[in-house]
Amino acid sequence: MSPTFLYTLEVILNGLMAGVMYALVALGFVLIFKASGIFNYAQGVMALFAALTLVGIQQGQVPFAHLINAVFGTEVRDFGWTVPTLLAILLALGVMVLFAWAVNALVLRHLVNQAPIILFMATIGLAYFMEGLGDLMWGSDLKTLDVGLPSGGSFWLEDVTRGWAAEGADYYGMYIDLLDVWATVIAVALVAALMLFSQYTRTGRALRAVADDHQAALSVGISLRVIWVIVWSIAGFVALVAGIMWGAKLGVQFSLSLIALKALPVLMLGGFTSIPGAIVGGLIIGVGEKLFEFSVGPLIGGATENWFAYVLALLFLVFRPQGLFGERIIERV
Amino acid sequence: MSVAPQSGPAPAQAPAEVLMEMRDITLRFGGVVAIRGISFDIRAGEIRAIIGPNGAGKSSMLNVINGFYHPQEGEVWFRGQRRKPMKPHQIAHQGIARTFQNIALFKGMSTLDNIMTGRFTRMRAPWWQQAVWAGPAEREEVANRAFVEHIIDFLEIQAIRKTPVGRLPYGLQKRVELGRALAAEPKLLLLDEPMAGMNVEEKEDMSRFILDVNDEFGTTIALIEHDMGVVMDISDRVVVMDYGAKIGDGTPDEVRSNPQVIDAYLGVAHD
Ligand SMILES: Nc1ncnc2c1ncn2[C@@H]1O[C@H](COP(=O)(O)OP(=O)(O)OP(=O)(O)O)[C@@H](O)[C@H]1O
Ligand SMILES: [Mg+2]
Repeated sequence: MSPTFLYTLEVILNGLMAGVMYALVALGFVLIFKASGIFNYAQGVMALFAALTLVGIQQGQVPFAHLINAVFGTEVRDFGWTVPTLLAILLALGVMVLFAWAVNALVLRHLVNQAPIILFMATIGLAYFMEGLGDLMWGSDLKTLDVGLPSGGSFWLEDVTRGWAAEGADYYGMYIDLLDVWATVIAVALVAALMLFSQYTRTGRALRAVADDHQAALSVGISLRVIWVIVWSIAGFVALVAGIMWGAKLGVQFSLSLIALKALPVLMLGGFTSIPGAIVGGLIIGVGEKLFEFSVGPLIGGATENWFAYVLALLFLVFRPQGLFGERIIERV
Repeated sequence: MSVAPQSGPAPAQAPAEVLMEMRDITLRFGGVVAIRGISFDIRAGEIRAIIGPNGAGKSSMLNVINGFYHPQEGEVWFRGQRRKPMKPHQIAHQGIARTFQNIALFKGMSTLDNIMTGRFTRMRAPWWQQAVWAGPAEREEVANRAFVEHIIDFLEIQAIRKTPVGRLPYGLQKRVELGRALAAEPKLLLLDEPMAGMNVEEKEDMSRFILDVNDEFGTTIALIEHDMGVVMDISDRVVVMDYGAKIGDGTPDEVRSNPQVIDAYLGVAHD
């Protein structure tokens, strides 16, 4: 095999794995949009907030330490313990569920039947509120998140792929970050679990029912409010998983919330109402931007990853506004 | 179907127990008065028709019964108790199921899943058990699946079990919608124009299903229908509405010979 082929393969694999992460964030958007018609601008910040909370719990940080110290003149920072990763993840999940409940009880409840743009504005407010809250609770410094997943390249893979290259070729093996591999495995498992849950359980069917028709859902006894809390909790769970993966890779910092912006082109590609669309859209963007950077990037000065996804999405918007899997948009006259 | 609840067919002669009673219901939308001080009752085990010209307020009445609309005045009595204002999903849990004038199915879901969702009020396992398909949740899922298969057999829709309902022709969609309502084993079944837009053969099938449901499971049914022939054939008693008011109430024969009804409803029919 020629080194070029192997390089391309490496780029594609890395692209797929990046795409899984995009898909994960996009999935959170789709879940909420399908169930309630709300475009949740705060999805990215939710991932940041979840990651911050996880690190905070794990490292035994005192929440609101700054505030407490300012008000009471104390010097608290840590509880002086660390919490096992699995327990910390469960607690962080608990916080996200609590958050889902609070958003519904304090904000969305009062906005039912409002125009979509109003709900959208509310989620923008929510995003900035959460960013501030995360800052206040856990501090704004860059944190490292270690959940015990292996990271770094795989020597085994490097050895094997070096063997594939032609004898004497200038090739030193394929580099694939183990963390990415794990992230992919976990994301795939998560999506599969969600699919099974929505297909084969009462609550899962209720979620789909609400996504299809609110009146009919009510008439069979489904409470929209309960479903919305569940949907936001699931979106919070997805955000937590995304936050863990991105946080472990890049550190937990406020720019993490910007990954949400990468979900936008994914949604335009996949359609806002399609879960398979979010996944396939994520993969296409991931592979597309890596391949483009690899092949065309050097010719035009690189850094194409910043804009490629958006241009691709724009092309899609022009030719297929409903996205790959979105329902056809038919104007009713 | 042996799994159905057995309230038994209502005795034909002696007046049966009153299941639902509407007392002086008035419903307004801004300046429009959709229902004007209407009272009537629905007896356990009967088929009660609500008829009237377009815009008479029939659908509004069903919407009041199942809680989509809240009347400004009047009382709703169900099973001997005055009902306090409730949300539609709570009313569903009390045993009232319905179909819609403009079919409201879960379009993306299969026939089976639609009807399965109709059993929502009959399933109790907590979500965390469902999530892992733990013992009770699994048993519940399997038992309900069996019940749903009975309904599918009863409605003769085996062939479309797995079809997404959005792809079905209109007549079959109506039938699936009936199945979804039946899945709840309701005490009171509300049908808003179950035969609208159907051909003669489909209407006959639907009439038969409605009569069978009523006979075999003793389900009380309130239905709105425009086809007079069908109404007179299958219903025990009929309420007639016109411009939001009640202008007739009685057996099909009584209603048919009521001059006010003939006047308002049939218009020209009195020469
Ligand atoms: N949600 C609503 N908002 C405003 N007006 C309404 C609403 N629902 C019903 N109405 C009005 O109430 C009146 C009765 O409507 P309703 O749908 O109950 O009539 P109907 O007897 O079912 O007619 P049809 O035979 O055409 O179905 C109509 O004037 C209608 O415009
Ligand atoms: Mg109507």
